[in-house]
Amino acid sequence: MTGAARLPASARAILDGDRRALARAISEAEDDRPGAAAVARALYPRTGRVPIVGITGPLGVGKSSLINLLVNRLRELDRTVGIIAVDPSSPYTGGSVLGDRIRFERSATDAGVFFRSMASRGEAGGVAAATREAARLMEAAGFDVILVETVGSGQVDIAIRNIATSSVVVLVPHLGDEVQTLKAGLFEIADVFCVNKADLPGADLARRDLRELVGLGGRPGGWSAPVVATSTQPPSGIEELWNAVDAHEQFLDKSGQREVDERRRLSVEIVERVRAEVGRALAERLERDPVLKDLLDRVVARSIDPRTAADRLARPVARGR
Amino acid sequence: MPPHEKDAPIRVLIAKPGLDGHDRGAKVVARALRDAGMEVIYAGLRQTPEEIVRAALEEDVDLIGLSILSGAHMALFPKVLQLLKREHAGDIPVFAGGIIPDEDARRLRKAGIRAIFGPGSSLEEIVSTARKLARTAQ
Ligand code: B12
Ligand SMILES: Nc1nc2c(ncn2[C@@H]2O[C@H](COP(=O)(O)OP(=O)(O)OP(=O)(O)O)[C@@H](O)[C@H]2O)c(=O)[nH]1
Ligand SMILES: [Mg+2]
Repeated sequence: MTGAARLPASARAILDGDRRALARAISEAEDDRPGAAAVARALYPRTGRVPIVGITGPLGVGKSSLINLLVNRLRELDRTVGIIAVDPSSPYTGGSVLGDRIRFERSATDAGVFFRSMASRGEAGGVAAATREAARLMEAAGFDVILVETVGSGQVDIAIRNIATSSVVVLVPHLGDEVQTLKAGLFEIADVFCVNKADLPGADLARRDLRELVGLGGRPGGWSAPVVATSTQPPSGIEELWNAVDAHEQFLDKSGQREVDERRRLSVEIVERVRAEVGRALAERLERDPVLKDLLDRVVARSIDPRTAADRLARPVARGR
Repeated sequence: MPPHEKDAPIRVLIAKPGLDGHDRGAKVVARALRDAGMEVIYAGLRQTPEEIVRAALEEDVDLIGLSILSGAHMALFPKVLQLLKREHAGDIPVFAGGIIPDEDARRLRKAGIRAIFGPGSSLEEIVSTARKLARTAQ
């Protein structure tokens, strides 16, 4: 179907390992430029085969430092690595300082690594709208493992689970007591728990609390998240951390959970795209299209309520239920 | 121009080549560019020219900003320009700041550094220059 001859030139260049073409394609996806859709379409059939590992957790727990060491470990194993590191955009100016690269110490000559910083650009949940497509572009460019660092996350920032095949939740000692670990959100998405800064006192206690939490009940499919202690200074536990991720990836294959997860992620992706596109179009038309404008006028005048108006607009789609 | 394109934030790499530890100026500039709505990739201290060029390519930046206060600018700035050309990325504009004597600044501009700002430079001027350089590059 996707004969090589019909590939757009930029897609061809990405497949050929042209790093600048990859970098530009990621920018096009971020900016939602017209060329992005054709490249995404052309490369999509070649994706979905490599681990996409989410590294998430609160601000400053050591996500970037861990990624730096994980990259070294993966290179020892002769695997190439693409990294996407997301930092927040200012809600006021749209600007951003992307600082995760500071911790990245890889030699400038190693072509087996590609590091890209990405601003969240108003997207809630800890990743950017283009993170998923950027990961696919990196896979198409030949990288064997994709690591995604989220924005320093709060309890509800769990969008990484809609992108990653394995999610590592990074915590540090003294983040809170046992009850905190029972709260919903971030803790529920962990395929692997990492207690970083294990060089500091309290790591044992944190690890025990997490083990107890995991013991209270597994995730769907029978996986129970291991708890790994790590430190980046001096480095320790990095091999164990990667082994735990690798074990989860193997579990996904053996249990058939990979297909289940992927189907769910893709369903979410489609719904998100439709929501974004329809939302954008609708927002514009509510002010311009006379029929829709009239509907909005009536809601403003309180002659109908927002729920009824929304039902009316969504009916053509929702009717299929 | 399609509607989203002109809204896309300018991406700038700010880096400090060499062993110079004075990073206040680089941070002040990074912050000013952020507040002007740009996406600033802050690569931090002690970057080799090779690392800087690699970062610029991977991050697909519209502009590179270099900061040196230690006196090593005559060796390091031209090296960055040279490596960019070698990587067929001589189109990415480079501007700079720090402690750079006027005579050196003149020679560096000739070598291809597009603008140079010394101590006390106004941040508004730096921001507007950044905008101009990034836009003409695109
Ligand atoms: C503060 C300071 C320090 C602090 C640095 C703290 C830090 N984390 O930055 C400390 C105390 C650590 C320090 C140490 C040293 N310092 Co000192 N330091 C200064 C001082 C007083 C001010 C620098 C500063 O922060 N200015 C404020 C910032 C905002 O201004 P700025 O950096 O100039 O940036 C502005 C512009 O230059 C421009 N700009 C800067 N970068 C960029 C980048 C881009 C892309 C753009 C567009 C613009 C731009 O825009 C900024 C806003 O206007 C200067 C003297 C001076 N007046 O400049 C000496 C000075 C830079 N230091 C000097 C020296 C010699 C040293 C030491 C070697 C001293 C020693 N013998 O131990 C050490 C070396 C440290 C190291 N590891 O490299 C000399 C350098 C001499 C030279 N170049 O030949 C200076 C010039 C003092 C002097 N007159 O002798 N220093
Ligand atoms: N003691 C100790 N400090 C660490 C360790 N790992 C990281 N740090 C420090 O923690 C701070 C934050 O590290 P980062 O790697 O930037 O953390 P991060 O989670 O990527 O931060 P954000 O991206 O800002 O959320 C730095 O000062 C690191 O030096 C560790 O294992 N032990
Ligand atoms: Mg980080």
